[in-house]
Amino acid sequence: MTKVAFEIHDMTVAYYRRPVLWDVDLTVPEGKLVGIVGPNGAGKTTLIKAALGLVPLASGKVEIYGKSYAEQRHLVGYVPQRESVDWDFPVTVRDVVLMGTYGRLGWFRRPGKAEREIADRCLEQVDIASLANRQIRQLSGGQQQRVFLARALAQQAQLYFLDEPFAGVDAATEGAIVELLHTLRSNGKTVLVVHHDLQTVREYFDYVILLNMRLIACGDVDTTFTPENLQKTYGGRLTLLDEAAEAMRKREPL
Amino acid sequence: MIDEIPKEAAQMLSFFPEVRMVDVWIVLTATATNVACALVGCFLVLRRMSLMGDAISHAVLPGLVLALLFSGSLGIVPMFLGAAAMGLLTTFLTQTLHQYARVPSDASMGVVFTSLFALGVILVKKFVTGLHFDVACVYEGALEFVPFAEPILGLPRPLFTTFAVLLVNLLMLALLWKELKVSSFDASLASTMGFSSTAMHYLLMSLVAVTTVASFEAVGSILVVAMLIVPAATAHLLCDRLGTMVCLSTVIGAAAALLGYIAGRWFDTNYAGMITVAVGVLYGLAVLVSPRYGLVSSIVRNVRMSLRVIRDDLLGMLYRVEELAGEKPLSSAQARRAVGGGWLAKWGLAELVHEGRIENRGDQLCLTESGREAARNLVRSHRLWETYLVKHLGMPLDHVHAPADRVEHYIDDRLRRELEAEVDTAAGDPHGREIPE
Amino acid sequence: MDGFSLSQKVMIGTALLGGMSGVVGSFAVLRGRSLVGDMLAHAALPGVCLAFLLLGTRNLLGLSLGALATGLVAIATVTVIVRWTRTKEDAAIGIVLSTFFGAGVVLLSVIQKPGVGGNKAGLDQYLFGEPANMLTGDLYLLGGVAVVVLAAVAMLFKEFKLVCFDTDFAQSQGWPTLWLDLAMMAALAVVTIVGLPIVGVILMAAMIILPAATARFWTNRLHILLLLAGALGVAAGLLGSRLGHDLPAGASIVLTASTLFVVSLLFAPQRGIVARVVAEWQMRRRINREHLLRALYELGESRLPKIAEIPVKDLRSYRYWNPKSLDRLLQWAVGDDLMKVALNRVQLTPLGLRRAAELTKTHRLWEMYLMQQANIAADHVDRDADETEHLLPPAVRLELEQQLEEAGRLPHSVIDVPQSPHQLESSSETEANNQQSQP
Repeated sequence: MTKVAFEIHDMTVAYYRRPVLWDVDLTVPEGKLVGIVGPNGAGKTTLIKAALGLVPLASGKVEIYGKSYAEQRHLVGYVPQRESVDWDFPVTVRDVVLMGTYGRLGWFRRPGKAEREIADRCLEQVDIASLANRQIRQLSGGQQQRVFLARALAQQAQLYFLDEPFAGVDAATEGAIVELLHTLRSNGKTVLVVHHDLQTVREYFDYVILLNMRLIACGDVDTTFTPENLQKTYGGRLTLLDEAAEAMRKREPL
Repeated sequence: MIDEIPKEAAQMLSFFPEVRMVDVWIVLTATATNVACALVGCFLVLRRMSLMGDAISHAVLPGLVLALLFSGSLGIVPMFLGAAAMGLLTTFLTQTLHQYARVPSDASMGVVFTSLFALGVILVKKFVTGLHFDVACVYEGALEFVPFAEPILGLPRPLFTTFAVLLVNLLMLALLWKELKVSSFDASLASTMGFSSTAMHYLLMSLVAVTTVASFEAVGSILVVAMLIVPAATAHLLCDRLGTMVCLSTVIGAAAALLGYIAGRWFDTNYAGMITVAVGVLYGLAVLVSPRYGLVSSIVRNVRMSLRVIRDDLLGMLYRVEELAGEKPLSSAQARRAVGGGWLAKWGLAELVHEGRIENRGDQLCLTESGREAARNLVRSHRLWETYLVKHLGMPLDHVHAPADRVEHYIDDRLRRELEAEVDTAAGDPHGREIPE
Repeated sequence: MDGFSLSQKVMIGTALLGGMSGVVGSFAVLRGRSLVGDMLAHAALPGVCLAFLLLGTRNLLGLSLGALATGLVAIATVTVIVRWTRTKEDAAIGIVLSTFFGAGVVLLSVIQKPGVGGNKAGLDQYLFGEPANMLTGDLYLLGGVAVVVLAAVAMLFKEFKLVCFDTDFAQSQGWPTLWLDLAMMAALAVVTIVGLPIVGVILMAAMIILPAATARFWTNRLHILLLLAGALGVAAGLLGSRLGHDLPAGASIVLTASTLFVVSLLFAPQRGIVARVVAEWQMRRRINREHLLRALYELGESRLPKIAEIPVKDLRSYRYWNPKSLDRLLQWAVGDDLMKVALNRVQLTPLGLRRAAELTKTHRLWEMYLMQQANIAADHVDRDADETEHLLPPAVRLELEQQLEEAGRLPHSVIDVPQSPHQLESSSETEANNQQSQP
């Protein structure tokens, strides 16, 4: 009986009182490589941020292996979008990867030999060991993505969330990342990836979450990634939902 | 000192027995300064360059000293030229540092203006010994001495210069209104339209520099920064159109001048400082009571919404009780408790009774005809939304009641009609209940 | 301590201050908060006045506490404004800065009224600082603050680094990002306020920004940045107070710091302007030389293994050259023994030929890679190949060769260079492509 790695119950998330995710309810079993798919503005990044406690929930809850995120932080690894960071910051590649170990170190302790070894191993896993002392500004897009990935690996988690890891990345890096994700899966990890390219969903993932401000469908790729579901995700008119959302934002009926 | 009050003015002033010509000159000077600053300040605030105002007001110091040294006097024209030159230099250096040396924009501003100011201080101490050039005076201004300044064309010199600058600013705004508007909103768009955003930027900064210097004598340099930014920011909180914002900011600036002066006289303190405090208070007021964006109105809106939700819940509950014929009617205490209790529930129930939507017959609540109609609409909205969620968005049945509960309060007639168009109402709601008309 | 002369005390004091400001300022600059130091310096005035009015104290500690109080209120006000209103952060800082300072000016005028006990020198001193008033007790305060602030930075180094670099990630790991941010701001506030009586308002703001911005030119590692910024701050403090004996101390310290900034801006090894200009010029030169060698190779390819003599005019029509720079290129190449020039004809030396062959091989490998791996149509290849191949470090070249070797497409001898991919198209296009590759 596979364990449930990740579960969302009736979650609504609002930005400035405007709901952007309505009543999402889904289950992800352990050991799956999950693609989160939907049009722009569908709330894919919001889903991840809500799961990680980075944005407040208007209602509902998120569970990681049956407990709240706050209790299970050490089990979760995170790869945010590349734009979220100032790449001019004076840190090297190794510095960034070491940051993945900070959670386990706790307050005041400095990363020591053990942490450096973990970092170096992760650097090798993503194939940028030679860049360890490079300042991050000097990297290409694909290399930056690998750094973020290595940092998440250094978190030594069970459950990984990746936000658009393939955006603006060259083909070779994309292939390498996919291979790495498959390796993670065969090691029993669960990986959720916000993905924008429909063509590669079947090839990369075995589980899919279709999202457009609310959950359209969630399940194995074979049964869930169907034309009708795609039509509902990308083709539906959501004017009513939008209007209701706008009314709630203004806190008055239109 | 110009102490001869023209007859017409004397008539007006007779209403305010305490007012003397001195006061009039000071208030006029302060007003002219504030208005001149507000005119350019609006664009600084909108372009997120508020701190350039601060930067330039400090960086002009070496320019002033050099103007003094070259012209040998404290004449207006060389001062303005020196100021404008420093304004351009500051802008240029800040841009260059940011673009070519990759220094972050706020740091490049800081590096440039502090260095220039330090240079200015040294120049002052080394070369300006004969003339009275009290730098601290530059900071706090000398409104008190305005009426005693040499007159130019019948006006005290500081008033004359600030008024002249005010006219120049007005002229610039009038000539270049649409260019300033477009380039403030979207610099690259403006450039593609042929209005060089860079030229606009440099022009604006020169105006700021000149306005700053003109205001030094009156209100000092830090307070110029206040006048550049605060009235504009206040106006920004109160309106949504650029033209209105500019006009409003000048009004606020003028009001601050008057209020600040009155307060300064009352408490017998520095006028320029008081004017700054006054404009700060005006900003604070706007934050609280701005109709659209203020805190108070936000709170009021929240309370009204909560009240509405509770009223709807009360009506809806009574309707459902009626639907299940045979249920005992609720007492007011039961009803209030069911919707969450508290003073809001009491208030909501009282309002509904007062409006004639609920009757309280011996502590048994029941709906009146108008109440029933309102409740019907509400329940209709709720069930329509549930149907929409299930049929059109494919949500599972046991998950739709809670969301519909939240959303029903925001569904008005128009949205209801749209829902009706989308949804087939004949079969009833997903739970099988009838959807009321 | 009491044995120190005034000038020694001033030196120690300004050195301590410079060091602290450099360290604390580094975080402020990295966070885009450079001007918050300026704001704190201005917002401190009302606090100082209130402390004087309420406590009747002129003691540095008392006044500093007053200044700290209003400084923290200022920070809180900016945060509230930015969170709850439409006003943007720069305007919020400006509003708080100026209105607090205005309130301070009002209070100062109250203090300066006869009977209240203040004097006119107050504002002057506040604005420009007066190191000459430094007492031994003040030095102890400075030292104490320095120890606490630097210890806090050292203990919380990795936490600050993480929060500054990637707040979201930090939050997801469970760090209290808001509190850490406030801690950084509080450190900034304390240092700013303690420094005000020494160097004054504007100049304190400068000391927060200048050493950090200067240090940034020299290093890419955060801990070195902090150390360097601290050192630069100390240097500015010491040099400035020594050099400026008849000049206002604060201003000379700032100008010293600015000079260091300008020097670093120009001459720092990698990020300095001079270094960047030189590096770019060198790269241009290298690229042009490689174009020359490759052009000579391709023009003489058909006549290999005999090394052809190419007329210069053929070179000029093969590819666009700036006339003067071509002459210089040729001279330079001759000087490096890569070719010989006689009677307007150029001939590669064996060394030059070897080099040209390698370059051409790399170029064609890259063309092939782009065509086959990156799906670019054949007629686009040359242009792309021309630019990116020069940025290929040797390691990547080696990798490409290996890959092509595995695919069975790598020629082995250096002289044996693969045919240009332009001729891999069908024969009907070969003619057109041949025309095209010889513009």
